Amino acid sequence: MSAFAGGSGMTFGECMALFQGDALGCRRGEALIFEAVDFALEPGDALWLSGPNGSGKSSLLRLMAGLLAPVEGTIAWDGAAIAEDRESHRARLRYLGHLDALKTHLTVRENLAFWAEYWGIAADAVASALTRLGIAHLADAPARQLSAGQRRRTALARLALGAVPLWLLDEPSAALDSDAIERLTALIAEARAAGSIVVFSSHDTLPVPGMKQLALVA
Amino acid sequence: MSAFLALLRRDLRLGLRQGIDALVVVLFFLVAGAIFPFAVGPEPGRLAQLAGGVALAMAALAALLSLDRLYQSDHEDGSLDQILLSPLPLELVTVAKSLAHWLLTGLPLLLAAPILALMLRLPPEGHIPLLISLALSTPILSLLGGLGAALTLGARRGGVLLTFLVLPLYVPALILGAAGLDASLTGTGGMAHWLILGGLDVAVLALCPWATAAALREASA
Repeated sequence: MSAFAGGSGMTFGECMALFQGDALGCRRGEALIFEAVDFALEPGDALWLSGPNGSGKSSLLRLMAGLLAPVEGTIAWDGAAIAEDRESHRARLRYLGHLDALKTHLTVRENLAFWAEYWGIAADAVASALTRLGIAHLADAPARQLSAGQRRRTALARLALGAVPLWLLDEPSAALDSDAIERLTALIAEARAAGSIVVFSSHDTLPVPGMKQLALVA
Repeated sequence: MSAFLALLRRDLRLGLRQGIDALVVVLFFLVAGAIFPFAVGPEPGRLAQLAGGVALAMAALAALLSLDRLYQSDHEDGSLDQILLSPLPLELVTVAKSLAHWLLTGLPLLLAAPILALMLRLPPEGHIPLLISLALSTPILSLLGGLGAALTLGARRGGVLLTFLVLPLYVPALILGAAGLDASLTGTGGMAHWLILGGLDVAVLALCPWATAAALREASA
């Protein structure tokens, strides 16, 4: 069993990418969202998931995160199916959903400090993450007072807390102004330079040099 | 362990910032208990007989009031996805959430119980046994309630469904808690009932986290 884990259809000697999905199919309820989707990513790669609304960009990101299980196909990290070892996969990724995961009754700093502590990151990373996203002046504001763009910046600040090998970003540029998009692309560039894989969905493109594209169809 | 404490601290802080929630639970406990003298008559002997059972039943209903938000708010704002993807095992997440719920509702109920006991004319020698019964049964309310909250997550009218689902599960804890109080008032001692209730606490603590975690995974898929 273990000899074949994650090796669906792989022939002997074929090279396997670090983060790879083979013949993925996704179903929500009765509806087939997509099928036969493949991707293969190496350290430092960026992948843009494009496609119209409802084409399954968010679902594919949730598959990659392990929040959803594919109805067919496998996703593997370094040759091992992520379904076999969810704990290691969770530890290596940061997921940014379309919701900002902010507690409106906590301040910006408290929100971020909670995730830092939860992930075991030193508390001094919080201040620098806020500065990276240009929201240091909002640190003591309750999250309920933030605009949509400021909320998104706070959610993105979680990425700046510390480097992990895999970023999965669902519409990271939603509600962002051009300054915030610059900061986001700088973060992405820095993560890639450090060897992280960045996957993001967006209905229009982000200025990320050398990115791969996976176009999903409705 | 630090992740467990971080989550517990965050939930306590959120609970205290929205202090009205904890207050509502305690007020419900006291007000709902206080209408019994009006319904059954003010005769002290009859009230004293009912007091323990009323206090335990009102505690069960009061605990339900705040349960439907236990996972709902994390689900709605996207925090639950982040929590599911964190290195802390989901079973421990559910223990932290239920512990926070107990500290924010079960503990205040314990503190308010003597007031209700006075209103219901519980004899003074019954106060400590009532506290013991409540201290042993309220953790069950929070743990089983957490399971119900996870199972009804995202359901339409989840709060009502939660009540139907969870109240029958509370019955053993209510029976044992009330019986322990009764036995200590009649002089036979409530220890036997409390030991069984304590055993039930341990069993619920051992089983609920697994079931709750499975329900949460299902709800987020």
